[in-house]
Amino acid sequence: MTLKSNTREVDGITIVDLNGRITLGEGSELLRDTVRDLVGKGRNRILLNLGDVTYIDSSGIGELVSAYTSVQKQGGELKLLNLTKKVHDLLQITKLYTVFDIKDDEAVAVQSFAK
Amino acid sequence: MDSRAKNPVSYTLDSTLESVNMAEQKAFEIATRWGFGEDAQHHIAMAVREAAVNAVLHGNAYDPHKKFSIAYRMTPEALEITITDQGKGLDLRTIPDPLAPQNIMKASGRGIFLIRSFMDEVRIRNLDPGTEITLIKHIGREATKSKEEQK
Repeated sequence: MTLKSNTREVDGITIVDLNGRITLGEGSELLRDTVRDLVGKGRNRILLNLGDVTYIDSSGIGELVSAYTSVQKQGGELKLLNLTKKVHDLLQITKLYTVFDIKDDEAVAVQSFAK
Repeated sequence: MDSRAKNPVSYTLDSTLESVNMAEQKAFEIATRWGFGEDAQHHIAMAVREAAVNAVLHGNAYDPHKKFSIAYRMTPEALEITITDQGKGLDLRTIPDPLAPQNIMKASGRGIFLIRSFMDEVRIRNLDPGTEITLIKHIGREATKSKEEQK
């Protein structure tokens, strides 16, 4: 299943709902383009909702890291929401679980961004 | 474990992303058919995907004249998967540790690490030219692990 994304705004935070697989090729490219477009428009407080992401490969992990650093360089924040067990395990073994700010409740996540 | 269809399986693929997806799907099907549990099916498919990406991207560099092959062999002890490309070869000394603090935030370099994490044994051989990587998943280890976790 290819990746699909939907972007919405809640209290000034951009939530990107992702659905599908973030893998080398279309999935990674869509994530890269989506984050790049948002940052280009000055929307640099981003919450990536991974609740419907079924699979991430090493390229997808790399894309999450790139998204995180590019948003940070622009003075913004990028957080992750609703990890599935597989994605959670993947971030654990790659030691990225402590790098990302990871939330499991959307309202709490939105409120956690710097005012 | 299912006793059906455990004859060796092998096939050759073009150096494309479609082949990577196909290799992953096939690995999942074989792991399922040969009786591995859900976690092992996922780990085997993911390891094959990462090895196929290495073969296509880093080994054969998308060269349409170069192929990569995948062979599956079931022994009484383990599933052995061998992936061979026709690239310039892999120098293991040049692969950085993705868990080192200076590498944690790098966008690439996690493929071999994930393969090693998901399989029980990994052997890499430089064929000069080409690279052969053998992924091994032991039978029964998962079941033993589950029992230990339940204690």
